[in-house]
Amino acid sequence: MFKGIYNWVDERLDITPIWRDVADHEVPEHVNPAHHFSAFVYCFGGLTFFITVIQILSGMFLTMYYVPDIINAYGSVEYLQTKVAFGQIVRGMHHWGASLVIVMMFLHTLRVFFTGSYKAPREMNWVVGMLIFFVMIGLGLTGYLLPWDNKAYFATRVTLQIADSIPVVGPYLKELMQGGQIVGAETLTRFFAVHVFFLPAVLLLLLVGHFIMIRRQGISGPL
Amino acid sequence: MSNQNDHHEASQKPPGRKEMSRRQFLTYTLGGATAYMVSGAVLPMIRFAVDPILHKGSKGNFIKVVEVSKITNEPQEFSFELQQQDGWYSSTATLSAWIRKNDKGEIVALSPVCKHLGCTIGWNNDKGYPDEYHCPCHGARYTKDGKNLAVAPKPLDEYTVKVDNGWIYLGQIVPNKHVS
Ligand code: HEM
Ligand code: FES
Repeated sequence: MFKGIYNWVDERLDITPIWRDVADHEVPEHVNPAHHFSAFVYCFGGLTFFITVIQILSGMFLTMYYVPDIINAYGSVEYLQTKVAFGQIVRGMHHWGASLVIVMMFLHTLRVFFTGSYKAPREMNWVVGMLIFFVMIGLGLTGYLLPWDNKAYFATRVTLQIADSIPVVGPYLKELMQGGQIVGAETLTRFFAVHVFFLPAVLLLLLVGHFIMIRRQGISGPL
Repeated sequence: MSNQNDHHEASQKPPGRKEMSRRQFLTYTLGGATAYMVSGAVLPMIRFAVDPILHKGSKGNFIKVVEVSKITNEPQEFSFELQQQDGWYSSTATLSAWIRKNDKGEIVALSPVCKHLGCTIGWNNDKGYPDEYHCPCHGARYTKDGKNLAVAPKPLDEYTVKVDNGWIYLGQIVPNKHVS
């Protein structure tokens, strides 16, 4: 039945080459943990992506209940976590995933560093990787404010204070991020917009670039 | 080799008038029109996003805090309320100040916000360092006058103080002027 549908579409649109190009390629022996167990370090990039997908999915579902408003934000998070079925699980995925994605990204970066894979011709992918790193940090910092509890509020005060300490532009940057003179209603809506729309959009573009470059250049050779 | 080239170019006069090709003309006009339309779409959004920083901050009014007679040499914490407008919310914020009379008899009101990264300091709240302000976050310490002793890069800020009819009024927060 599925084969029938697939063939029907394939006859008309010739989709086989598209997925072949994405998925059908050899995994070299030196990156295959089935050959050398130590090759598991090559999985960290894929694991980072896996958790990123979890973050995006769980985040999309969280926005079904979450409201970015200083009166109601905390209540909405409390409600979705305690009253909604599986709320604890979905929020838990997003909450713990946010830390795990940083850990995985860090391990992936270490692998790339110690295998020397950042060297020519892959320098540009190292740079894109660093940009992904900053976007991830941004997602973590903006997401952290959203529950609007004491920890969120004071952590954001400190984050903005760090931005404020940058010479010359610091105070303007802080006020721009804060959306005004204090951490308040306009900060929360701003952080929400950046967390949920702006940074994920940038992240997806960067990931596309990262993956296209990997396909073009292949995985780096054995040590 | 390059000498020969130079010689060759110098001998051939460039045309007196540069004609713009049709292709170039179209590139400029289409490019210009596109840039115009893109900026028409993007500029409103940028102005929209930066609006909060272009508002003039409300100039601090002075707020009545405490009677002068209550102030001693020892810093004491006093809190006071400030009406504030936060986007579409107006609310009363509770601020606090550590107020004391210094050796010259001036009234000094220090802001409790740590100059390291903005946690809240307290007076005499660390047994290891008596008679100092201490910040619980990363251990910044300050003297009675707010001079930074550890961790923090700057002395504690102070409120502008006005005394009227036996009462202390506090205004804006400014950099500390009582320590060097
Ligand atoms: C890799 C990407 C992401 C990271 C690292 C991340 C990180 C975070 C963090 C640290 C929090 C605070 C959670 C807590 O304290 O429990 C948070 C909350 C939130 N995030 Fe994300 N996030 C990501 C992507 C997304 C996306 C794509 C969306 C929506 C489309 C989203 C929607 C939300 C919402 C609605 C909240 C508030 C609910 C809550 O606090 O539990 N996130 N995020
Ligand atoms: S914020 Fe006070 S010591 Fe770091």
